[in-house]
Amino acid sequence: MKNILTLLLAFFSTMALAQVQKGDLLIKNGTVLTVTNGTLENTDVLVRDGKISRIGKDLRAPRGVETVDATGKFVMPGIIDAHSHIAGSAINEGTSQVTAEVSMEDVVDPLDVGIYRALAGGVTSIHLMHGSANVIGGQNETMKLRYGTMNPDELRFEGAPRTIKFALGENPTRGGRSRGIQPQSRMGVENMLRTSFTQAIAYGKKWDAYNADKSPRKVAPEYDLRMQTLVDIMNGDVLVHCHSYRADEIYMLMKVFSDFNIPKLTFQHANEAYKVAPELAAFGASASVFADWWAYKLEVYYSTAYNAAILTNNGVLTSINSDSGELIRHLFHEAAKTQKYGELTDDQALALITLNPAKQLGIDNRVGSIEVGKDADIAIFEGHPLSVYTVPLMTFIDGVKYFDKSIDKGDARIYVGPESSISEVMIYDRHNDHRCLEGANVMAFEELFSNKK
Amino acid sequence: MIREMKNIRTLFAAFLMLAIVPLMSLAQEDDQVLRARNGKFALTNAKIYTVTNGIIENGTIIIDNGIIVAVGADVKIPADAEVFDYKGKEIYPGMIDGGTTLGLAEIGSISEANDFQEFGQLTPQMQALTAVNPNSTAIPVTRVSGVTTVWTMPRGGVLSGTAATINLFGYTPDQMFAGSKGIVMNFPSTAGGRRFRRLSPEEVKKRQDRALKTVNDAWDKAELYAKLENSDEVRSYPEIEALVPVVKGEMMLFIEANAAKDIVASIAWVKERGYKKVILTGVSEGWRVADQIAESGIPVITGPVQAIPTRDSDSYDAAYANPGIMSKAGVKVALRTMDSENVRNLPYHAGFAAAYGMGREEALKAITINAAEILGIGDKVGSIEVGKQANIFVATGDPFETATKITDLFIDGYKVPMTSRQIRLYDEFLNRTPGVDKDKKAIDIKKK
Repeated sequence: MKNILTLLLAFFSTMALAQVQKGDLLIKNGTVLTVTNGTLENTDVLVRDGKISRIGKDLRAPRGVETVDATGKFVMPGIIDAHSHIAGSAINEGTSQVTAEVSMEDVVDPLDVGIYRALAGGVTSIHLMHGSANVIGGQNETMKLRYGTMNPDELRFEGAPRTIKFALGENPTRGGRSRGIQPQSRMGVENMLRTSFTQAIAYGKKWDAYNADKSPRKVAPEYDLRMQTLVDIMNGDVLVHCHSYRADEIYMLMKVFSDFNIPKLTFQHANEAYKVAPELAAFGASASVFADWWAYKLEVYYSTAYNAAILTNNGVLTSINSDSGELIRHLFHEAAKTQKYGELTDDQALALITLNPAKQLGIDNRVGSIEVGKDADIAIFEGHPLSVYTVPLMTFIDGVKYFDKSIDKGDARIYVGPESSISEVMIYDRHNDHRCLEGANVMAFEELFSNKK
Repeated sequence: MIREMKNIRTLFAAFLMLAIVPLMSLAQEDDQVLRARNGKFALTNAKIYTVTNGIIENGTIIIDNGIIVAVGADVKIPADAEVFDYKGKEIYPGMIDGGTTLGLAEIGSISEANDFQEFGQLTPQMQALTAVNPNSTAIPVTRVSGVTTVWTMPRGGVLSGTAATINLFGYTPDQMFAGSKGIVMNFPSTAGGRRFRRLSPEEVKKRQDRALKTVNDAWDKAELYAKLENSDEVRSYPEIEALVPVVKGEMMLFIEANAAKDIVASIAWVKERGYKKVILTGVSEGWRVADQIAESGIPVITGPVQAIPTRDSDSYDAAYANPGIMSKAGVKVALRTMDSENVRNLPYHAGFAAAYGMGREEALKAITINAAEILGIGDKVGSIEVGKQANIFVATGDPFETATKITDLFIDGYKVPMTSRQIRLYDEFLNRTPGVDKDKKAIDIKKK
């Protein structure tokens, strides 16, 4: 019996440590948009064992290394979406206003065909985020879109820092109102944040005292994953990505983080971040925004499509994200809109979807630009990626090809379950495509917390 | 000490006055109201895309009292015309969106701010034009991107209401009305619900049968009503009355059908009913049955182009390629965004369609002349031709290209100011005054 258990254990541990495939490749004679080192014409990029090993002219392919002819084509770093809900089989854990203990790592769905559609838009990494139903939501998962496996572990961005979702404004207060609990206002949101961090400090002190105690008869305090996660945030081990819209709530969170000495902060959506751009720059907070979405709710009514340009020009680290299974397929086009709305340069616009989100996720040492030593996460385009007429042709992760338009077979599903139907038709409606509140079923809230029952 | 303070105060006040007086005059200039103006305009030295008569390399357009009175390379400029030199610029007919709720929807999540859906399944008599808010914030946001005319439509139910074409400038719905109306019908659908709540095939079938019965009952009554119209015995029946002009072939009927099965079924339905002025809208799966649509001769308004394929098994670019496939099969195609606040992205939907098989020229027609003709206003707008309404925009280059800027705009002959709330916010906040100094302390942080 013990032997069988050991065997099983060994089996599962190999599954968890799934080997990620790495490729070798020579991309010949392309226009290389490095993002960090300008545009290099007629340049080759050599990939060895999943890493960019050389960038230069007239490089020779080592024996056995495949060559991709990129003559007349554009080569750019793989696009990174700092706000996505594709490949998640659940989005919201809405049973409490603080659910720091849950994590999206448990709900990664490697079968979502949305992953392939994103790859077909040059995307190589996503930040799979928890929803915005509660003030302190669950932890997120940074991923590489290694489509084609049934094993969720193969899609993890190994070594990426932990991140967590916070949410301010209408979404969490709507939840509070429907349940008859705090918060029902932006005052309550602030209070909830301060109370939670204060509780976590007390929790941390108990453990500090325990760890300092040399007595052999000491008794450990109760372990609380929720509180421990908040302690980790305050220690800078978990990066906060906060759903937010209005300038006042953005400013409020900076003050709270200042008081609790939390150094790093990224505001997600942040439609009104432009109003407090100088404050964001001074604090060192960053913003991940839409190119032009607005007016879908009151707190985004006073938006401007110039948001990203105002932030960039004020020195705020800014990225453009999708929060949508549709937009994610053309983030290059969303980034290009900053040239119409604010005249950003090509390098600035491209950084919005590559290097800048990489920095916000703490993975810029690995991805986000075409540099020697970085992961070979690369997209090749027909036409400049900031042109409306551009067509993504190939997408590589760790030097392995995951999308190639010339051999696209149409049906990209990797698993067709018995319940799937080829004739099921879903009509796309952009206004139903905000997935932040998906699964945050208000009726379920009411039933859960109703005093009448 | 106190006297000294007073002196300083006086000095300070004097200084303030000196500083503020010029500021005040500046402020007045800043607050100047930008007004549209009408008149006799000469637009010169531009590359003119007429759409219907090719490209004029170095052309001139004369607008007089709202109408294009001359277009060409050798046009004499009237002495009393105000001349605009557009050297290096390109001029296009205003873009037309074939399906929006612009003017009817202000803030998505607030039902009080949405007026595009009325209670009930049969509400064809509901007039979109009535509910158009000429002062919607989204209207200037849209037109400064070169979209000058839209089809604004009621949604929901089976017979949603009466949609209308509107120009995106004017202070009353009647000033905005662009001259055509049509009934909006959602063809009973086989598509399976929305993401939040999928329906079983049985539920879908039941729902579809019920809707089909509602549809046929209504049109049977309308056909009867059309025959009895002049009889004294007929009592008022507004929802059926609204359908009579369609039965008589006097008004357009827009049938929303997206799934391939529904498209085919709606074509058969139209044939059986014999209605004349019919347009298919949505048509997301048109590429599956493009030849059948072409054979029917029914024109199509399709979009959004930037959309997810309708089936998980479809190719990732099915929606991008759809307009081109239909157009190549011989279908007359116009495009729509099906949006309210982001109708400004119409040229990008066209750009994607162009890149994925439609080609630039067809895509341009799809959002100008084709849209105008399908919407029944082809004699008024959709191209730069003598006698047409002056709905025109001036651009720094190809308007489909993302970085291109629209610099000037004429709607119904009015030169409309190039401003919107989003532009004003940019002007105010790009270099905000005061900047950060005043508040720096409150958010200072000890770096770890």
